[in-house]
Amino acid sequence: MRARLLEVGDLHAYYGKSHILHGATFSVGEGEIVSLLGRNGVGRSTTIKAIMGDVPPKGSIRFKGEQIAGLKPHQIARKGLGYVPETRDIFPALTVRQNLMLGEKGGKGARRWTMPDMFGMFPRLEERADTPGGVLSGGEQQMLTICRTLMGDPDLIMIDEPTEGLSPLMVEHVGRLLEEIAKRGVAILLVEQKLAIALRISKRLYVMGHGKIVYEGTPAALEAASAIRKEWLEV
Amino acid sequence: MLQLVIFSTLNGVLYGMLLFMMASGLTLIFSMMGVLNFAHASFYMLGAYFGFEISRRLGFWPSFFVAPLLVGALGALVERYGLRRVHKFGHVSELLFTFGLAFIIEELTQMFWGKLPVDYRVPPSLDFVAFRLLDTTYPAYRMFMLLTAIAMFVFLLAILTRTRIGLIVQAALTHPDTVAMLGHNVPRIFMIVFGVGAALAGLAGVIAGPALVTQPSMASSLGPILFVVIVVGGLGSLQGAFFASLLIGVVQTFAVAMNYSLAEAFGANAPPLLGDLWQVTIAQLAPIIPYALLVLMLILRPTGLMGTRET
Repeated sequence: MRARLLEVGDLHAYYGKSHILHGATFSVGEGEIVSLLGRNGVGRSTTIKAIMGDVPPKGSIRFKGEQIAGLKPHQIARKGLGYVPETRDIFPALTVRQNLMLGEKGGKGARRWTMPDMFGMFPRLEERADTPGGVLSGGEQQMLTICRTLMGDPDLIMIDEPTEGLSPLMVEHVGRLLEEIAKRGVAILLVEQKLAIALRISKRLYVMGHGKIVYEGTPAALEAASAIRKEWLEV
Repeated sequence: MLQLVIFSTLNGVLYGMLLFMMASGLTLIFSMMGVLNFAHASFYMLGAYFGFEISRRLGFWPSFFVAPLLVGALGALVERYGLRRVHKFGHVSELLFTFGLAFIIEELTQMFWGKLPVDYRVPPSLDFVAFRLLDTTYPAYRMFMLLTAIAMFVFLLAILTRTRIGLIVQAALTHPDTVAMLGHNVPRIFMIVFGVGAALAGLAGVIAGPALVTQPSMASSLGPILFVVIVVGGLGSLQGAFFASLLIGVVQTFAVAMNYSLAEAFGANAPPLLGDLWQVTIAQLAPIIPYALLVLMLILRPTGLMGTRET
């Protein structure tokens, strides 16, 4: 068995008094694309936020073999975990270039991604390098927010609903970007609503229900398991 | 009249720039941490007293550099060991914490230096006439204050827009959580901003002390004006704070210089029913003007001149 990059065990999380996660257990291997599926409100976003330390986690979160539950978000980010929030959270008053610069953590050493890399993949970002992030279109902002996180050179990037509200063409772009990220050895934990893209690019998938993992399998297995899809995914 | 306009404008801009040295820190602290720091003017007062104490031992120039650094370090400590712990109990607790702190600083100042103003004077090296215009002289020390405030403004702007830490501060103004999740130590940024804000207020105190009066009530008399400035400018807006500082500085300076009353305007025809109210001059109304502006602004435009949010 391959070394597990991220191992989450019996993860619980609360928003105020409401108990959102009821013991989720799953893992992500190095360079692997894994999707976390499920209907709205089952706790997919909360899972990512708990791993990132944005929501206080209870349970075990091991990253590169090291316990990270209880660390502060910036410490977790510096261990090599990247997070792309659903809300994108572009810094609206700063330019595209400045947004990207803030993704860098300021450490030394060789990094996988440079600003020219990003501009090479998305010429549109280079054209708009000196415009404020706030005036970009939704799709451009999504690209920018993923690239911003990549600038910090994560070993695992967790992306929440990257294709939400995007045109089919932009969804296609995002899909290709995710594959490019994985090709460079960065693991991806993807939270998605759109089954098609998750099935196409993922190596494994987890389905969440009521704050737990209710199914684990490959895309082909999930496609065959119509009962699972009916019970936990289809609306 | 021309003389009045020129000198009132100069003094108004000077007063406005002094206000901005304090309001800039206050508004940055507010937009990052959501804390309306009642003790901000206390750092200004500490700057004046530290400046006084150091300059009588080591001279004005050492105090000009050392006193703001001391005040800044004190501010950073207050954030690190006070506010940061109170933070988890919410904004009201933070507000009360800074409120209490302002009183403690005032009382301690009285214990150390007494209730009467201290003899903090303009240094001899700056005590000369800068220029003479229309038979009125303008002191060099005031020009020095103005230049210091302008230099500080340029410096602050350069740091905020040209350096990496400035970018992090700007981003943390609107999205502190996102900045943290990109791997930046946001609590440390908060401490630095609080410290720099306190140091700026301290510097304002060091240079204003000799020109105005260095006494224990200087914080409580200035503090409310600062709140007016940041509300009128728009909470959290640095540009807004800049324009509001100049506006209030100039308006108040002009108002103080005007000795007109309604009775003069109406002459002998003034109806007697309002009694003495007719004799009130604009100069007498000057202290009320900023607060009238505050109240009107909150009613008519709660986001202030350039702010984007209401609270």
